[in-house]
Amino acid sequence: MPAGTRVRWAVVSATSVALVATGCGSSGNGSGGGSSDASKTFSYQSSEPQNPLQPANANETGGGRIVQNLFKGLADYDPSNGKLRMQVADSIDTSDSQTFNVTLKSGWTFHDGTPVTASSFVNAWNWAANTGNNQINSSWFGDIQGYKDVHPDSGAATTDKMSGLTVQDDTHFTIKLYNKVSYFPYKLGYVAFSPLPEGFFKDPAGYGQKPVGNGPYQFVSWDHNSQVVTKTFANYQGVDKPKNGGVIFKMYTTAEAAYADLQSNNLDVMDQVPPSALANYKNDLGDRAIDAPQGAIQNVGFTLYQADWSGQDKAKVRQGLSMAIDRNTITTTVLQGSRKPASAWVAEGVEGYKAGTCGDFCNYNPDQAKQLIQQGGGVPGNAVKITYNADGGHKEWVDAVCNSVRQATGVNCTGDPKTDFKTARAAITGHQIDGMFRTGWVQDYPLNANFLADVYRTGAASNDTGYSSPEFDKLSTQADQAPSIQDTATGYQQAEAQLAIDMPAIPLWYYRTNSGFSTNVQNVTFDSFGNPAWTQVEVKG
Amino acid sequence: MGHYVLRRVLQMIPVFFGATLLIFLMVYTLPGDPIAAMFGDKAADPATVANLRHKYYLDQPLWKQYLHYMGNIFQLDFGTSFTGRPVSEIMADAFPVTIRLALVAFFFEIFIGLPLGLIAGLKRGSIADTLVLVLTLVVISIPVFVLGNLAQTIFAINLGWVTATVQDSTDITQLILPGLVLASLSLAYVARLTRTSIGENLRADYMRTATAKGLPRRTVIGRHLLRNSLIPVVTFLGTDLGALMGGAIVTEGIFNIAGVGNVLYKAINQKEGPTVVGIVTVLVIVYLVASLVVDLLYAVLDPRIRYA
Repeated sequence: MPAGTRVRWAVVSATSVALVATGCGSSGNGSGGGSSDASKTFSYQSSEPQNPLQPANANETGGGRIVQNLFKGLADYDPSNGKLRMQVADSIDTSDSQTFNVTLKSGWTFHDGTPVTASSFVNAWNWAANTGNNQINSSWFGDIQGYKDVHPDSGAATTDKMSGLTVQDDTHFTIKLYNKVSYFPYKLGYVAFSPLPEGFFKDPAGYGQKPVGNGPYQFVSWDHNSQVVTKTFANYQGVDKPKNGGVIFKMYTTAEAAYADLQSNNLDVMDQVPPSALANYKNDLGDRAIDAPQGAIQNVGFTLYQADWSGQDKAKVRQGLSMAIDRNTITTTVLQGSRKPASAWVAEGVEGYKAGTCGDFCNYNPDQAKQLIQQGGGVPGNAVKITYNADGGHKEWVDAVCNSVRQATGVNCTGDPKTDFKTARAAITGHQIDGMFRTGWVQDYPLNANFLADVYRTGAASNDTGYSSPEFDKLSTQADQAPSIQDTATGYQQAEAQLAIDMPAIPLWYYRTNSGFSTNVQNVTFDSFGNPAWTQVEVKG
Repeated sequence: MGHYVLRRVLQMIPVFFGATLLIFLMVYTLPGDPIAAMFGDKAADPATVANLRHKYYLDQPLWKQYLHYMGNIFQLDFGTSFTGRPVSEIMADAFPVTIRLALVAFFFEIFIGLPLGLIAGLKRGSIADTLVLVLTLVVISIPVFVLGNLAQTIFAINLGWVTATVQDSTDITQLILPGLVLASLSLAYVARLTRTSIGENLRADYMRTATAKGLPRRTVIGRHLLRNSLIPVVTFLGTDLGALMGGAIVTEGIFNIAGVGNVLYKAINQKEGPTVVGIVTVLVIVYLVASLVVDLLYAVLDPRIRYA
């Protein structure tokens, strides 16, 4: 669907103007204080899952958000502040940041009535990590000792059990890691670490179509390409007991269609309004509009593996280019306020986020930009290309960034579109590009380590720039070994400071959730993953 | 006649193979690895990628993949999508939806387009004629997505007469608006085609003869004029039925209808080879059958057309 072509009657009624005046642009709650009916379901904009509904196989939003609601792991993140909170686990203790002792709460059951035990976790993880089961999220288990036996780089697994996982009894098990990772519990909030019931292992494919979990909602039906229906699980033991009767995930191909349904109350809550509605949605929806921060950042990375960009002085050129980008103007005009200028490599709202790590290098200053580029020996050929995928709505801002760079420094900057996301990714990971490329990071878990270690560490799986700094690696490792998560977060802040010196990627802006809800629901808030606090949504009675 | 039909059916075989081969090559040689793309922004795990490529037969040379695919098709096995669903099941879900939508659109083409063309053609130069010409020109010049979004905004969001998207595709009343949008372009063509054809045939000798014989006007127009004028229109309608089936991508997107267009759009985006080739293969068959039916209809409309 071509975006930005939506024709809209720009008639705004007097009432909605008044509503805008009184309260829009908040992080969205709109709890009008009306009565609610806890047995009623609400509908949510979704898309057809790309994979069977298995926790370790859901890495795209369509399947991921459904699995997230059907399953609940040891811990999750409090939607209001992003902090880790215990769910099935009573505690996850460690004395050395390498061995973790897990104690489970009792009383949890799966939707089929079988109890959730330590084995439910250990068996699920062993299965998910096993190469033979082709789970897309299997690498999440890479920290655990014995992962390399169940998931060798090539060939079949030599065993089906990771040696690092030991079940003591029904409510206790231990996790031993290869290295010290103080923040490992943060990873455990990811849906891949969900427990699985006994029945799953007999028929994984069947369970992929009809999942049985232990989460707040239980699976009712999957009408392919149309909807997935869930209902509240009466025996749910989590701290976030549902205040509604269930979620109906309605499949939409386009955000435009979902937005039209939201406006006519056929859809209750949606992900993100389409770009064509960004300028108007606050007028359209009044106090039902949502504008909330997200744990995601947009960057422009450099091909540091190329000789042109690898020299020591080139850091100055990169800093200069960063200073040549007028983030404020671009976010307010081209992106219509749907992003917030970045001042660090970690997104705001994330544990360990520290504003201003990028320092002056993230402030628009054409004079200094020119100077720095000159000091660094200039941009090779005085021209640079920014590679991006043309199917993601990036053209407008890439062109704007290039304009900004051209006007500020005279460096000839052009966009280099690749047909789609796949093609762009293949070119980036295959090192078939030149100069700069669009990159971004959406949090896996709301801790700054996720934005730093996974992207900038030497050889990290998502280190597309080829950045390798002994200093950064050293600080990261130190942070990993810190005794507490708090210390880890501070440690990673020190590592982040190194990025300002080396500038392997330019932070541009943070994503935001621009969404809204229908008149049928209230108490809708969004977390930093861009998901609503599902269980807290109230359906009006 | 029997000979002719047999020959036409036999001709369909190479067309079928050629079309599927082309589609297969186009989908499977597109740049980008669908398996790696499943991992999104994250780096793909090489061991899992290798396993999945093997599972979906993607680690074989292209010609082997094609033979494998065609071999399966003859056992009516269209393969499996990445969601683990058989493609045949996906098609069984999607095609009825699109067929319903296409039939609603087809209905509008015939029962609005033809009468409009008839009125305009019979009364050339009249106000009605001018009105039809202007209206169809407007419709032809507006892209479908503009028309669709406009209709959605006016009738669903502003007036609230219908739901903004189709909630239940088995409810024909909900398909009226998207059907009308889908039909709009072809409807305009049908009206204009009919108008021209009628205008030409009005001056034909047989018309004068029929009128001179003293036949009632209804018979003259209904049996003589319309029948002869319909040949180009039927040709258009026949091929258009195929186009409606495959070309509903935009309309289905706007009204969120889970039909072939929607599934195809998603499958192309994800480079899900089996789904794309499967759907297009069926669409090719629909086209072939539709054009065969059109050719056979010629003989019914005009007995002078004989098939040897």
